[in-house]
Amino acid sequence: MTDLDWIDASLTAARPRALAALVRYFRDLDAAEEAVQNACLRALKSWPENGPPRDPAAWLILVGRNLAVDTLRRQARQVPLPAEEIISDVEDAEAALVERVDDAHYRDDILRLLFVCCHPELPATQQIALALRVISGLTVKEIARAFLVSESAVEQRITRAKRRVAEARVPYEAPGPVERAERLAAVAAVIYLIFNEGYSASGGEAHVRAPLCEEAIRLARLLLRLFATEPEIMGLVAMLLLQHARTAARLDADGAIILLEDQDRSRWDRAMIAEGLALLDKAMRHRRPGPYQVQAAIAALHARAARFEDTDWSEIDALYATLERMQPSPVVTLNRAVAVSKAKGAAPALEMIEPLAPQLSGYFYYFGVKGALLLQLGRREEARIAFDHAIACANTIAEAAHIRMQIDRLIKDDKAAGAGTTDRGLR
Amino acid sequence: MIYALLCYHSEDIVCAWSKEEDAAVMAKLGVVQERLTKAGKLGPVARLMPTTAATTLRKDHEPPLVIDGPFAETKEQLLGFFIIDCTSLEEAIGIARDLGDANPGGAYEIRPVSMFWPGSGSP
Repeated sequence: MTDLDWIDASLTAARPRALAALVRYFRDLDAAEEAVQNACLRALKSWPENGPPRDPAAWLILVGRNLAVDTLRRQARQVPLPAEEIISDVEDAEAALVERVDDAHYRDDILRLLFVCCHPELPATQQIALALRVISGLTVKEIARAFLVSESAVEQRITRAKRRVAEARVPYEAPGPVERAERLAAVAAVIYLIFNEGYSASGGEAHVRAPLCEEAIRLARLLLRLFATEPEIMGLVAMLLLQHARTAARLDADGAIILLEDQDRSRWDRAMIAEGLALLDKAMRHRRPGPYQVQAAIAALHARAARFEDTDWSEIDALYATLERMQPSPVVTLNRAVAVSKAKGAAPALEMIEPLAPQLSGYFYYFGVKGALLLQLGRREEARIAFDHAIACANTIAEAAHIRMQIDRLIKDDKAAGAGTTDRGLR
Repeated sequence: MIYALLCYHSEDIVCAWSKEEDAAVMAKLGVVQERLTKAGKLGPVARLMPTTAATTLRKDHEPPLVIDGPFAETKEQLLGFFIIDCTSLEEAIGIARDLGDANPGGAYEIRPVSMFWPGSGSP
């Protein structure tokens, strides 16, 4: 690793803490962001020469604050610039500041910052853009590239989001326990959104965007370090790790989707799986189940199965039933139906998803699952109609290509065996 | 003398490494480890999962308390260890330097081992 890589990693790691403290100080997101930005530029100049500081976050806070205060002063009256040494000579002050930053309330500082960016009043696209820009420090260009939208669209999302959170006036006092729990839940939800956006992209050519997944995992770990005893946050990190562990096996060399049943499980990331399982174990000790823990438990059953045939589908069915009770949603029922089809057959699964049609009429996976179930039941013509619907709803090229492959197989079979025969060979 | 090299580093920073950066550090460490193994100086080596995966049993309570998280909240965390066999402290410091070149940042605590029980060899 070069010096610059190391500095880059340090700055990324220190950013949330530094930014959170400066937001508390300035009570203004833009001013705090600018201060961190200026301090980072100063760090890139000063650290290679003077070596890295003991506490990068404290350094950024102090230098960022000094630079900002200095700018204000200069604007107020025209005074000469202070010498470089005065701004950068922070060693003495650093020790004192570290004490204060380490105070218990820094936890609430970061949570407030995260919460401001994940404010429940913001639409999801704005939450994600703001969180990636402010907390992760991604540039507008990087965010635009990740979501395949124009830079001006990202700018606009961020500006609108900032205006709305300013209007919402998130209080600066330490939150009470109920409020803290609400903030945690809102932040966890946005981290999950960021992960999902990376896990199965909502548009474009790349079906998986791993950097977004990695960023989500980094933020989730940060949250867990702050709230080390929250079983749902353990569940969140566990779920993200267990799902992300499959990344290398999910697409083939040409970027085509490989279904769970066909994945080469030796390509799953064992270290990530081990950490996910360890966290799930820890979470379950608390006996306070929640949706993230249940989803992590489902992912864990997949991770624990050495081969697809070894998957414990009836347990997965039971876990989805629990999730349905906690968080009723047609998508959860759809996922449950897949488990039911494996455990009990295609007929009860189809029965389960048919009532979902009105809610999921634009959902790619709904038609993909429906088509596959119909195919298993030998209802080939209906299967084809479902697959056609799926292609129409596909979000990425990989999704469309995957369904097209199934249709091609159908056509080929029809030609080979003549229409009207059953499709035992396809099961 | 057997020494434990206890690796301390900021978990925030290590978690911010990209996969490639992480792999590069591990590969460089691997070269040093291989050399030490051939010289018969290297015992067990472990990389620990993040402290978020840790659970602590506090024995100063009755009954002992099970707490989520590491023993201590510190700026730099214990992230792994090497067991090495050296003839002198100087040699141990030299090995720590070599490992440090491969894995910059943080600190190695060089701690003499008073009792070493190799166990079954594989956990």
